[in-house]
Amino acid sequence: MKESKKQKKTLIQCDNIAIGYENMTVLEHVSFSVEQGDYLCVVGENGAGKSTLIKCLAGLKKPMEGEIVFSDEITRRDVGYLPQQTAIQRDFPASVREVVMSGCLNHSRLIPFYTKADRERACQNMEELGITGLADKSYRELSGGQQQRVLLARALCASNKMLILDEPVTGLDPIVTGEIYSIIKEINKKYGMTIIMVSHDVKTAVRNANRILHLKHTVRFFGSTEDYLRSTTGKEFIGG
Amino acid sequence: MLEMLSYPFIIRALVVGTLVSLCSALLGVNLVLKRYSMIGDGLSHVAFSAMAVATVMNWAPLWVAIPVVIAASYLLLVFSSGNGFSGDSAIALLSTGALAVGIFIISMKSGVNTDINNYMFGSVLAISRSEVSLSVILSLAVLVLYVLFYNKIFAVTFDEPFARATGVRAGFYNFLIAVLTSVTIVLGMRMIGALLISSLIIFPAMSSMRLFKCFRNVVVCSAVISVFCFLSGLVISYEYSAPTGASVVIINIAVFAAFCAIAFVRGRIRIKNEIAE
Repeated sequence: MKESKKQKKTLIQCDNIAIGYENMTVLEHVSFSVEQGDYLCVVGENGAGKSTLIKCLAGLKKPMEGEIVFSDEITRRDVGYLPQQTAIQRDFPASVREVVMSGCLNHSRLIPFYTKADRERACQNMEELGITGLADKSYRELSGGQQQRVLLARALCASNKMLILDEPVTGLDPIVTGEIYSIIKEINKKYGMTIIMVSHDVKTAVRNANRILHLKHTVRFFGSTEDYLRSTTGKEFIGG
Repeated sequence: MLEMLSYPFIIRALVVGTLVSLCSALLGVNLVLKRYSMIGDGLSHVAFSAMAVATVMNWAPLWVAIPVVIAASYLLLVFSSGNGFSGDSAIALLSTGALAVGIFIISMKSGVNTDINNYMFGSVLAISRSEVSLSVILSLAVLVLYVLFYNKIFAVTFDEPFARATGVRAGFYNFLIAVLTSVTIVLGMRMIGALLISSLIIFPAMSSMRLFKCFRNVVVCSAVISVFCFLSGLVISYEYSAPTGASVVIINIAVFAAFCAIAFVRGRIRIKNEIAE
C-alpha cells in the first residue's frame, strides 16, 4: 500500500452533496473522495443514508445538491455494482452463466449479441470465484453465498476498475460471510480494484478497509481506518 | 381437417395467429417475471375501447388502437415506476376506466354489436384481407426487435438496478418491452378477444417455468407451447364451431396442468433419490 501512495489518483470526488427523497433530506454536507486502489467502507446505523449514497455513486439516483465528479480515469461504465437482491431474483429461471454474462453488456454496446471475448471474460471470472462447476445450474437453486459469488462474477465482468457493493453479506451465515469478505479483499489486493462497500458489520469493515466513511445524516468521520479507530466516533461505534 | 385450409380466412388466422402467439409467448416470460402479468389485461381493455371508438367513427381499427395502446402502456410504466400508485392498482384503474369509456361510446350508436362482440370474445373472421399484411409486418418486427435486444431485455428483467448502474438504458428497454407488448396485444385481441388475450401472455410462460430453469430454455419452450396451443385451438374451434380464443386458452390450461403434474412427479423422484443416497 505504502509504495503506491505517491501515484494514487482521485477517481471520485464529492463536494458538499445533499441526498434525499422528494422533500426529505437524508444526507447533507457530504464531502469525500475515493482514490485509486482504495477499499472504502461506508458505515453507520440503519437509516443513516448509506444505501442512498451508494445508489447515487452507482448512478441510480441524482443528488439533490452538488455533484459527484468522476475523474478522467474512470467513467460510469467502468463501475461494477453489486446491488441488494430483489424479490424478483429469488424465483427467476436463469442459469449462472446467463447471469454472469449479463455483466458484459456494457462492453458490447453496438453488437446486440455477446462476443467471444465476452464469453472468455465470463468464464475467467467464474473460474476466479470458484463457480465454474455451477455454470449450468439454475441461479434460484443456489445457496445465498453461491448467489453472491455469481453476482460478484457478474460485477467483475462489468468492470475491472471499481466495484460498488451494497451490503454484500446480508443474510449469510458467519462462515460464508468470511469467505465473501476475503474474496472482496483479494479483488482489491490482487487486481488493485477500487472497492466501495456499504456494511452493517463495522468490525469486519475496519479489519478489511483502508478508508472509512461514517455517516449519520452527514459525514461523522472520513479518513483512514487507523484514524477512525482512534476517533471518538469510531470508539463509540465499535465499542458499543 | 385439411379442408379447413381451403378457407382463406382460416389461412389468414393461421398466419397471423402463429406469429402473434410467438410474440406473446416471448414477451410473456419477461412480463411474468417482472410482475407485470396483468399489463396485458389492462392494455387489452384500452385496445377494446380504442377499437370501439374506431368502429363508431368508421376509422381503421388497427391504426387507431396501436398508437392509443402504446400511449397507455407508457402511462402505465410512468405511473407504476413513479410515486403514489402501485403497479396493480394503476393497471386496474386504466383497464376498468377504458372499458367504461368504450361501452359508453358504443351505446351512443346502435347497430355495431357484432363488431363489439368480436372484440370482446374474438373471432377467427376478424382479420380482414387488408389487415393481414400489416399484422404480419408488425408481428415480424416485434420478433426481430425481441431477438436483437434479447440480452439487454434479459438484463433489465433480471436486475434493473445493476443494468442501470452499468450503463444499460433500462428506461428505454422497459419502454421497448411495453411497446412490443402493446402491438402484440392489439394484433392478438381481434382473434382471441380482449377478455382472453392476457392468457396468451401468461399461460405459456407459466407452463414452461414449471419445467425449465434457464432463461433461454424457458423462452424457447414458451414459444413452442404457445404455437402448439394456438394451432390445436384453431383446429378444435373449426371442428366444434367453438370460439377460437376460448379453444386456445383451454388447450393452454391443459398444457399448464400437464406441466405442473410433470414438475410434481419430477420433484418427488428427486426427493426419493436423495433419500436413497
